[in-house]
Amino acid sequence: MASNRNLCLSGKGVTKVFGFGRQRTVAVDHVDFDFHEGEIISLVGESGSGKTTLAKMLLGLINTSEGEIFFQGQKRDISSGAKKREYWKNIQAIFQDPYSAFNTFHKIDEVLLDCIKLRGGGKLPKEEKVKLMTDACNFVNLKFAELTNKYPFELSGGQMQRLMIARIFLLKPRILVADEPTSMVDACSRATILDYLMKLREEIGMTLIFITHDIGLAYYVSDTVYIMEHGRFVESGTADAVILRPKEPYTRRLINDVPKIYEEWDLSTV
Amino acid sequence: MLEVRDLTTKYVTRYKEDVYAVDHVSLKIEEGKTLGIAGESGCGKSTLALSLMGYYFPPLHYTSGEIIIDGQNITGMKADDVRKSILGREIAYIPQAAMNALNPTRKIIDFIGDVVRAHDPSWTKQMINDHARASFERLGLPAEVLQKYPVELSGGMKQRTVIAVSVILSPKVLIADEPSSALDVTSQKMVIKMLRDLMDTGFIKAMIFITHELPLLYNVADEIMVMYAGQIVEHATAKQAVFDPLHPYAKGLMGSIIVPESGLRSAKLTAIPGSPPNLKNPPAGCRFAERCKYARADCKVMSVPLYDVAYKRAYRCVLTELELRRAYEHGE
Amino acid sequence: MKHIFSQVFHSGKFLVGFTILGILLLIIVFYPLIVRHPPLQIIGQGTFFPPGIYVSTYDAINAPTLYTLNLDDAAVRRIENRLSQEDRVAMQEWLVAFGVPESEIDITNTEQLLTQWETYYDPDLRLTGMTFARMRYFQRVNDSVDGLLSTSGVIIAARNPETNELEETGIIKQTDFANIGQVANVRFLALGTDNFGRDIMPQLVAAAGVSLLIGVIAGIIATAIGLVLGLLAGYVGGLVDDIIMFVTNLFTVIPTFVLLILISFSIGQEQRGAVTIAMVIGFTSWVWTARAVRSQVMSLRDRDHVNLSKLSGHPISRIIFADILPYIASYVVMAFILQVSSGILAEAQLSILGLGPRTTDTPTLGLMMNWSMIYQAHILGNWWAYLPVLLTIALITFSMNLMNTGLDQVFNPALRD
Repeated sequence: MASNRNLCLSGKGVTKVFGFGRQRTVAVDHVDFDFHEGEIISLVGESGSGKTTLAKMLLGLINTSEGEIFFQGQKRDISSGAKKREYWKNIQAIFQDPYSAFNTFHKIDEVLLDCIKLRGGGKLPKEEKVKLMTDACNFVNLKFAELTNKYPFELSGGQMQRLMIARIFLLKPRILVADEPTSMVDACSRATILDYLMKLREEIGMTLIFITHDIGLAYYVSDTVYIMEHGRFVESGTADAVILRPKEPYTRRLINDVPKIYEEWDLSTV
Repeated sequence: MLEVRDLTTKYVTRYKEDVYAVDHVSLKIEEGKTLGIAGESGCGKSTLALSLMGYYFPPLHYTSGEIIIDGQNITGMKADDVRKSILGREIAYIPQAAMNALNPTRKIIDFIGDVVRAHDPSWTKQMINDHARASFERLGLPAEVLQKYPVELSGGMKQRTVIAVSVILSPKVLIADEPSSALDVTSQKMVIKMLRDLMDTGFIKAMIFITHELPLLYNVADEIMVMYAGQIVEHATAKQAVFDPLHPYAKGLMGSIIVPESGLRSAKLTAIPGSPPNLKNPPAGCRFAERCKYARADCKVMSVPLYDVAYKRAYRCVLTELELRRAYEHGE
Repeated sequence: MKHIFSQVFHSGKFLVGFTILGILLLIIVFYPLIVRHPPLQIIGQGTFFPPGIYVSTYDAINAPTLYTLNLDDAAVRRIENRLSQEDRVAMQEWLVAFGVPESEIDITNTEQLLTQWETYYDPDLRLTGMTFARMRYFQRVNDSVDGLLSTSGVIIAARNPETNELEETGIIKQTDFANIGQVANVRFLALGTDNFGRDIMPQLVAAAGVSLLIGVIAGIIATAIGLVLGLLAGYVGGLVDDIIMFVTNLFTVIPTFVLLILISFSIGQEQRGAVTIAMVIGFTSWVWTARAVRSQVMSLRDRDHVNLSKLSGHPISRIIFADILPYIASYVVMAFILQVSSGILAEAQLSILGLGPRTTDTPTLGLMMNWSMIYQAHILGNWWAYLPVLLTIALITFSMNLMNTGLDQVFNPALRD
């Protein structure tokens, strides 16, 4: 499915080590990966598996201890602040907890204006800016006119999550890293969030990288699934292959331990 | 085993406003059955759990209704009496994140000692030790756990320990509120297995399982009740509730289930726009009407009762079964 | 932000603390304007005059009008003023030894007692079992009650400059009263005088003001240093963090108070003004704030909104000012309040030891404590020289800590009762 598409992000021997001496922990242990443009990828792992650390490395928020990350086939260079800012035009993130993701002292207008500025629209006339912001809000079914001059914490959790997506709409990055985007959202609103992300992907050809512990979610949304444990990729492949026909024992255990509704959920293998 | 009639309880806020978190809820559980209560955050399921014990303290107040456990009507009992005779003996309650309730400075066996002696001071240390050991063995927990401190145990083990301690005096009914939510999937499975075993071996006569995770509920409960905005909107067997729900909210909720199974491929995930109403001023009429695709003019006007359609099957909607089923087939 | 303010001003504890402090500040500001007595002016010749209303007896005698008031209990009051309980018991003892039946003696009825005394007492009589010293004691008691019962008044005589003889110029009768409003010189010494003879009340008010000022200056300096160091150490981390932590540890290991003493001592008496002392205190007490800010910043560093800011390409300065500072602002305000109150205490401690500001210019609360201690007010029972000062120090720090607790409850909802 994804073999003839261009390489978007790839990595060779990517490693992250924290601490030294007796407190040395290897969070990410020599992982290799190839993400293609337009692909939907899930990194699945339990807490402590290293998936968040890997995500932060992909985003360029923390440095790799070893290994190389390639962006569009070229070695990624984020050695300076300016280079980082260049890189961040191509990759953005949405976070798990909408309540802590927004600065509580900044109004919604500022948050969206920031995105416009990042895309170089700082000099645009005010009406144009407002139009851009209104369009972004409409995309996620929020009304900009109602939100203006309010603070993020005045919204509900679901609305804030949608606001985060509106930001992405304005930023139009090539790659979006979604860190547990639906774990703090009501079941009824999950589909909405996922819908927006898919729509965005279709409109701007975004590559989606989901970080999640929910293997069901990974199965539902992704083309490719990578299973992580203790900083290593245990198994990877298409969603169907990994989840319906898992090869590794860890993957099997992970899938077996999730409650099922269509098949019998075998409790005896505890 | 447990019968609740028309229970209404409210929270009184700092500003003296009444929030009716549980609104005229009725339910019945027979011996040997597990009732699952599903709903999203804020629907009142946790409040219902607290209310079922009859243990009220501010800001939670009892308003009306009856609670009958194994023939004993405990409505209106004083909090102290409830604590002494009901809690732990008739009904056991495991709150959310119960594993955090373990005192980090006391060994598990001391904790058990405290719990037992709070109910019956006549137990000696030896009796407690023996009983604890026997209970733990019976429930499949290693006896070494008794001598450990909570910090030495994993999350899953802590939760199972708390469950074991809650049922150590062999209560009749167990109310578990999100017992496995904070755990990884493997520990979750162990907790569920333990709860199932408790029921299967007859250690517990009836169980109420509260969670927002529907696949879990499907595998644990015999019957499921879906709650929305403080009311029960659907009551059916587990299979019916998940695969053939009647109430539009329940339909939407079941439509949002994600499982790593091939059966998911054919299902399209549904979403319900909007959010639950504020229970300080609940809307007149159907509380789901403003988000409901099939709402009619009169839905928002008159309050809707729970309609029984079959034995152990009820839903709260003015549309008939036929109308709803047809709408589901065609529309979406 | 407005809702934070409204919450703060609804907090009971904060309001109480704030009100107390506010009242104190108002007193400090307005008292000197109303009562224009220089604080360090020596007015009393002698040490530790007790609190009270001081009436010039000369001016009382020379008041424009003397009114005659016949009060029933005037005589009794006069006697009771001079006859202590001890004296009365002594008189009873003498009379009983003399032979007066005990049942006839009532020490509560002073007039009767005095009459009995005057009737029977003989200074030369030596009763059985009485030591010589005891006899002298009774003679002294007798002398002190001499003339207590008289009604003839006191004669005022002036010396005639020509004849050099005393001439009678007037009589002051026991029934003569002067209206205090007409007496030329009346001074209300609310808290008496200190060892130098200075009015304590205006001194206390001025000292409170100076101490508060010292506290505020020390607080500002300490909080500023702590904030900057904490921010740098917490956010930048790495080597910068290590260096700053090293310095902080140095300051922790050396007892701050000893450091204060050493610096204060080495500056020398002449250089020590109030502001200098404040600066010294400020430069040695920033450690706690720096540590606290650092740990807060370190936990904030990994928050999602900071990551989001980074991803939006904001420079480090903007992240620190917009994403970190506002989140620790409440903490810093509370730290400041605590620094001020501990600064005041530190100054008081220094001054008690004599290492505070110069003693000649301005009084501070600590200095007042120092003086009262050196001149042994506490041993002599002159409570007015140190108790009000103590209470003022306690009140200031209490009100600030109360404000702090109130703020804490507003900013950390988990702490609310």
